[in-house]
Amino acid sequence: MPLTPVRLILPGMLRDLAGGVSEIEVDGGGESQTVRELLDRAFSEHRILDGKVRDERGEIRRHVKVFVNGEDATRSGGVETVVPSGARVHIVNAVSGG
Amino acid sequence: MSGSTESIVAIGTRKGLWIARSDDRRTWSVEGPHFLMSEVASVAIDTRAGRSTVLAGVKSWHWGPTVQTSDDGGRTFTESADRAVAFPSDTETALERIWQLTPDPNDDDVVWAGVEPHALFRSADGGRHYDLVRGLWNHPHRPRWEPGFGGGAVHTIVAEPGHPEALLVAMSAGGVYRSSDSGASWSASNPGIRAYFLPDDEYPEFGQCVHKVARGVDGELFAQNHKGVYRSGDRGQSWQSIADGLPTDFGFTILAHPRRPGVVWNVPVADDGERIPPDAHLQVQRSDDSGRSWRMQADGLPTDSFTCVLRDAACTDAGDDDEPVGVYLGTRNGDVFASVDEGESFERIVTQLPDVLVVRAARVPCRETA
Repeated sequence: MPLTPVRLILPGMLRDLAGGVSEIEVDGGGESQTVRELLDRAFSEHRILDGKVRDERGEIRRHVKVFVNGEDATRSGGVETVVPSGARVHIVNAVSGG
Repeated sequence: MSGSTESIVAIGTRKGLWIARSDDRRTWSVEGPHFLMSEVASVAIDTRAGRSTVLAGVKSWHWGPTVQTSDDGGRTFTESADRAVAFPSDTETALERIWQLTPDPNDDDVVWAGVEPHALFRSADGGRHYDLVRGLWNHPHRPRWEPGFGGGAVHTIVAEPGHPEALLVAMSAGGVYRSSDSGASWSASNPGIRAYFLPDDEYPEFGQCVHKVARGVDGELFAQNHKGVYRSGDRGQSWQSIADGLPTDFGFTILAHPRRPGVVWNVPVADDGERIPPDAHLQVQRSDDSGRSWRMQADGLPTDSFTCVLRDAACTDAGDDDEPVGVYLGTRNGDVFASVDEGESFERIVTQLPDVLVVRAARVPCRETA
């Protein structure tokens, strides 16, 4: 049975860098794909987004949050958090700054 | 003045980049902001080989640091889809901020980047992509370099025209390091620079908090330290104090005249614990004799001023051969002052910006806009 693609929803601040789209549908991941693998796959055609969301070590930037089905992955398994088939993954710029 | 060129002042602030333009350096129009809400801590205007390229080290507090590039004198910017500056994976280090961008005087395709954490990068493609300079990264002193108040970074890069093998960097707090093999190896070079804040040895091999180094046209070097102003006549091998005659030895920046040997400008700050102008009068101190004597230049600069000029928030332009060099100051309360008579008088050209972190000025070819 084919897996349902994951919907990666971008914040408004990054949409221009993705050609104006608000979300990227990502398929091809297995049942146990992680946030890291999901982002690798999603950003393969949007390389500029990778540098915005993750540092060069592959870590989610300090003031960026990734929610998997509404749960803050950066507070649990981080980039190793498992992303279920058909999940909605939000990238959010943290409410911070001055 | 040629009708085919214009003067631009690139003003990087805590919340974006502004560009001031002028045909005569007296009447200015201001464009911006570019990168609103992103910090612009470093700017270079690359006029080599007829270019009018503006490079900006931009940091979004959400989306991280990058280099933005303009090939039309700062009107439009692009960034590489790939990370322009990135630490190699084996370093297990992430870039925090780009503190300095310096076009190399010996190779039109080379641009140097000084970054936080303490590291130097080299671009061989005009500033689009940069590679870590391993010689400095692998220096045995690096684990003992301490961050200054603003962070631990290579904030100053001085290359030597005619000597591509000679490089000098400065960092807070690590001091001055020199390379004589194009960056392959480095040596601390701080003899004579006092580190008053260290309890046992005030003249260590390294660990000084050098704030800025400027190179004169004849190769003489001038350094503003965290307390202490120095000159070097031997390419940075040794340093002598030139603080006598200044109202204070504290400050962040220092400038050298691009054409006249021995002419240097210092922007004094009252004290380490009192970071306002001396007597609350914003001013520059100018020397025409390599720091042996100083005189205040403050015509047009405000009194009752409680602001500060940061490390890279002052610059000169090159001027033309037949006209005086321009001197530019940006303040933490968002003003930019310009002098077209080498500091004798200043005019406020921009006001009400965010805190100014960097100012760079140059004459560039005019580009007609549609």
